[in-house]
Amino acid sequence: MFAKPSLLALGLTLGLSTLLPTQADAHRRWLLPSATVMAGESDLVTVDAAASNGLFLFEHRPMSLDSLVITGPDGEPVDPTILGSGAYRSVFDVPLAAQGTYRIALVSDGVMGSYELDGERQRFRGSVDDLPAGATDIRTTHNKSRTETFVTLGAPSDTALQPTNSGLEMVPVTHPNDIVAGEPAVMRFLLDGQPAADLEVEFVAGGTRYRDDPGIAMLRTDAEGRLTLEAASAGMYYLEASSAQEATDGQPERRASYTAVLEFLPL
Amino acid sequence: MRTSIAFAFAATGLAAAPAAAQEMSVSVEIPRLRVAEYHRPYVAVWIEDASGKSVRTLDVWYDVDLSPEDGAKWLPDMRTWWRRSGRAMKMPANGVSAPTKAPGTHARTYRQGSRPLANLPAGSYTLRVEAAREVGGRELVALPFQWPPKASTSATARGKSELGAVRLTTKR
Repeated sequence: MFAKPSLLALGLTLGLSTLLPTQADAHRRWLLPSATVMAGESDLVTVDAAASNGLFLFEHRPMSLDSLVITGPDGEPVDPTILGSGAYRSVFDVPLAAQGTYRIALVSDGVMGSYELDGERQRFRGSVDDLPAGATDIRTTHNKSRTETFVTLGAPSDTALQPTNSGLEMVPVTHPNDIVAGEPAVMRFLLDGQPAADLEVEFVAGGTRYRDDPGIAMLRTDAEGRLTLEAASAGMYYLEASSAQEATDGQPERRASYTAVLEFLPL
Repeated sequence: MRTSIAFAFAATGLAAAPAAAQEMSVSVEIPRLRVAEYHRPYVAVWIEDASGKSVRTLDVWYDVDLSPEDGAKWLPDMRTWWRRSGRAMKMPANGVSAPTKAPGTHARTYRQGSRPLANLPAGSYTLRVEAAREVGGRELVALPFQWPPKASTSATARGKSELGAVRLTTKR
């Protein structure tokens, strides 16, 4: 008798945590392009999408491509060719028909939570408006996540880099396809369009399998949300940041996460 | 008319030759390599000013005609030139781009007042040569020089892998 409510509570906790990727799934989520700097009249980039601990290893699960958003140099959406998902990764091709910079992102924005109905705790996903009548003690979390990378055909351009002012975003000060090893690259972070000051950002080089040191640099943005990235050696690098804001009256708890893959080229 | 004559005399007095005769010759040696699969390198020759800004691209040797493929696809392999100049240029570029060249020494002379050198303002410069080879490596060679040359000079730098001797000769 006494055990039942606590078991229920435990089940609820476990169940909920599986719904919160930022909390329960600590695996890194990434989009890894085959190249970031390209040339010619047109070209194609192929991208792997996966979640893993090691970088950039296919070892855990593929990323769903349902929320794939590709912005072309003119700011218009670009249609990818989805090749599919295997056990550990998803793969898609992006045709680069126009000169300039493309932003390739997995963007999600959703509400999840729980409510009580007839003495039972229920979980839900989606809008609070769709909850059954009589639902009480509604607890919700608004999650926004963005996982992205950038590629450029020809000369870099800025149109695709404009912020959407939703969730946690990186606004490049140094163009993301103009980064070289040994030179500082400056990025600016925004949370819902406002400078994300004092934000902790994880910065890690790929190739974790081949070194003993995890190589994680924990960086912090300044008051304007600015951050300087520096890498001594060339390669693909991973960035991750997240933020959480407590629920307030009329506002659910808000969580936002951001991950990116940036290539540092040799000069 | 009078002033221009006076100017011409002054210039002659300083340089002892008409300004239009100023020229630079660049010779680039592409080494013969003993490798299983050899492709001629892509080579870029350009000039940077004292601040490191690329001010002239003189030569780009690449697969100009690689139909049905686009030879421009591998231009970014010359990473430094691509970042500082190439990506902002329209290729092929008249008088600048040319087909890849076989192992050996290739020389070209550039004259002040003529493309692609055009009128290079007086200053301190660096001539850069970058080579990138398919299934091979990449190498950069640099030679500093003054323009216009105060005397006829010659300088040589030597690559270790993808480039042999790079020679810059200037004539006042």
